[in-house]
Amino acid sequence: MFDSPILKTIFGRLTFESFPVHEPILLGTFIVVVLLGAGIVAAVTRYRLWGWLWSEWFTSVDHKKIGIMYIMLGIVMLLRGFADALMMRAQQAMAFGANEGYLPAHHYDQVFSAHGTIMIFFVAIPLVVGLINYVMPLQIGARDVAFPFLNNLSFWLTAAGAGLVMVSLFVGEFSRGGWLNYVPVTNLQNSPDTGPDYYLWALQIAGVGTTLSAINMVTTIIKMRAPGMTMMKMPVFCWTALCSNVLAIAIFPVLTGAFALLMLDRYIGTDFFTNDLGGNPMMYWNLVWIWGHPEVYVLVLPVFGIYSEVTSTFCGKRLFGYSSMVYATVVITILSYLVWLHHFFTMGSGASVNSFFGIATMVISIPTGAKIFNWLFTMYRGEIRFELPMRWVVAFMLTFVVGGMTGVLLAVPPADFVLHNSLFLVAHFHNVIIGGVVFGLFAGIDYWWPKAFGFKLDPFWGKLHFWGWVIGYWVAWTPIYIVGLMGTTRRVRHFDDPSLQIWFVIAAIGAVIILFGILAFVIQIAVSIINREKLRDTTGDPWNGRTLEWSTSSPPPAYNFAFTPVVHDLDAWYDMKSRGHARPDGGFRPIHMPRNTGAGVILSGIAAVLGFAMVWYIWWLAALSFVALVAVAIGHTFNYNRDYFIPSDEVARCEREHALLAGAA
Amino acid sequence: MASHALNGDPADNPTFYLVEADEHDHSAGGGTLLGFWIYLMSDALIFASLFAVYGVMATSYAGGPTPREIFELPLVAVNTAILLVSSITYGFSMLAMEEDRLGATRLWLIVTALLGLAFVGVEMYEFGNLIAEGATPQRSGFLSAFFTLVATHGLHVTIGVIWIGVMLVQLVQRGLHVENKRRLQCLSMFWHFLDVVWIGVFTFVYLLGVLR
Repeated sequence: MFDSPILKTIFGRLTFESFPVHEPILLGTFIVVVLLGAGIVAAVTRYRLWGWLWSEWFTSVDHKKIGIMYIMLGIVMLLRGFADALMMRAQQAMAFGANEGYLPAHHYDQVFSAHGTIMIFFVAIPLVVGLINYVMPLQIGARDVAFPFLNNLSFWLTAAGAGLVMVSLFVGEFSRGGWLNYVPVTNLQNSPDTGPDYYLWALQIAGVGTTLSAINMVTTIIKMRAPGMTMMKMPVFCWTALCSNVLAIAIFPVLTGAFALLMLDRYIGTDFFTNDLGGNPMMYWNLVWIWGHPEVYVLVLPVFGIYSEVTSTFCGKRLFGYSSMVYATVVITILSYLVWLHHFFTMGSGASVNSFFGIATMVISIPTGAKIFNWLFTMYRGEIRFELPMRWVVAFMLTFVVGGMTGVLLAVPPADFVLHNSLFLVAHFHNVIIGGVVFGLFAGIDYWWPKAFGFKLDPFWGKLHFWGWVIGYWVAWTPIYIVGLMGTTRRVRHFDDPSLQIWFVIAAIGAVIILFGILAFVIQIAVSIINREKLRDTTGDPWNGRTLEWSTSSPPPAYNFAFTPVVHDLDAWYDMKSRGHARPDGGFRPIHMPRNTGAGVILSGIAAVLGFAMVWYIWWLAALSFVALVAVAIGHTFNYNRDYFIPSDEVARCEREHALLAGAA
Repeated sequence: MASHALNGDPADNPTFYLVEADEHDHSAGGGTLLGFWIYLMSDALIFASLFAVYGVMATSYAGGPTPREIFELPLVAVNTAILLVSSITYGFSMLAMEEDRLGATRLWLIVTALLGLAFVGVEMYEFGNLIAEGATPQRSGFLSAFFTLVATHGLHVTIGVIWIGVMLVQLVQRGLHVENKRRLQCLSMFWHFLDVVWIGVFTFVYLLGVLR
């Protein structure tokens, strides 16, 4: 009956077989997700929160709320991505000799593809973008970003992409082509299923969001800094955010282009990445890595900024070598664009080309090393307070340096010929991404949480979270370095050599330790919310901070600053405090603010439907949603009523409440 | 905007906040133009990757037709002229906008849109001929890259024409409102940008292709 032409027209290639009812693991996950989802929907309905969610959060153009939503998306997707990691570790720990493990090959391939895709695109990017969104406008003394509506749209496009990846778990299949959806595996003849299409549509939709967000942040930093804040008086986090977003603008279009070409190959049969008719699969690798390598720096640069802010605050000192930090950031930004080929030295591009890319790669370690020394010298003779964020900094420096050194090792082309696609490489990039990006994101969350919610995070569970991740990281990845150095390749589901098993068992134990870290993180948030009165920050400046975000209340009012701050020095808030600046308590004026809009949610929802329809060849729905997308986008331009004024007595009331709170402390 | 706050010597009498006298926060306009310009740079990178792909595949004929056999230079030259003239007419529209002449602004916009439509029409005719000859995008790597690069540009022109249509309606509704002027300036950058890209296409794809 599924072959009937009418059903084919209506449902495209979607049939009952597309639902994995015969796979017990997926079915179980599906049931849990449905129960959880139904529970959340029921609770929101029961407490009548839909209206509040819609008007206060979903349609909000407030950069602070959008930042929080990004971070929540990142944390939810972290749980999904980590579940994939546990599955892989379990499979590799048991699949030796006669034991085939519990994951069939085509399922295992989807798990490792989904793990990488989710962790980079839907965990790391949302967390980094979320922190930039929340913190950067406050640090430059602005009331919002340059394009508040675009900001909301960017978030929802990212969420739509994440949604499509999640749908692929239960309807059809995900890509088996690795986290970058490599050809020739993902050419139509090799993967006629929906997997690569899910990947492409999810990432195209999310990629548009990331590009728009990057344009928004760069414009904000260039145009909206408080008076007096010259570029060289800008907090380091803003500098790194600027460089990271400039880099994102420079690379995401290339990824969009590469994915678009693969889409053309798969949908209309062009010959870009095919093995015949003049196609060139390696061109896909070049294009995606022109995006891929700088992307690492898009993620890690803002995190370097977080480490700088945290180190300076918790050592009670101005950051050592501010200008060298800025120059190092800029140099890394430029160099990162010139190294992509080191991901495939084995392509056969010849000795001169490989030498160029090998040397360029090694040169990056110089500005990065300068940064490490700057942090060390900031700590030297500082009054170090080992609060949660500072702990992450120390763990980062110890962990990341090892990852940096294995990176330089891999940058040597002859060594890379041996280590290419080995687990040594996998251990290296997990070393820099967990030890660099993830630790830094947790430092940032611990550091800025009291600013966002008005109370600190619980330190006891925070320490368990910290030790779970740090110990877990080392236990999980040291054995992978070792087997990788011995020549074990990546993306392997089953091993023959039983002598390797012990290493994979140790790695699995490490993953379980990380699991305890993640659970402690979730418990930490829950415990902190329950004990929020005890952990309350009434001053707005719980850490004795140095930059402008600490000069306003915690959480900041919708308008951030009743009066636009004027900056005279780097560490503007420290300057204000040390020169006895008093918060103005009168003369408030109405504040001009952008108005909320539902257009971002609607556009992204339609984009997700368009993606789903294209994945399943449901052409009528694709055409319909495309027309709707264009119509809503054009319709939105007819809305000229995009801003309003917060009346001055409302501002006065907010400021009085904050002054009372601060006075009571 | 903060000049008065920064004039005094900050050391002896620092001011740490700004009293915005009349809430003149229209810096957002400059922000829009800068943001749009940055968007254009990102779009330029999409074209850059498509040019690079074309560069790699320019001779991947796979036994199929070569540029010399299929390109009709006179037709493309006419099309180039149409697009260049449309940039001039858009310029006339912007000059009229500066002088607040709504009628002339709209008239030149309409002329620009018609030229844009003519450009897209000629391109479709060219594509139709190629496909009829069997030079389809599926035939070879060269043709895939050629069609994708040229059609991406054509798609941008089509979007530009639709945008002009929307602006014409909004000009009727609100006249030369400050926001409409800003949008016309963005559209202006977009339109001229497409011209620049086309010069690249004409030179590297068509002229060099026929020489090869």
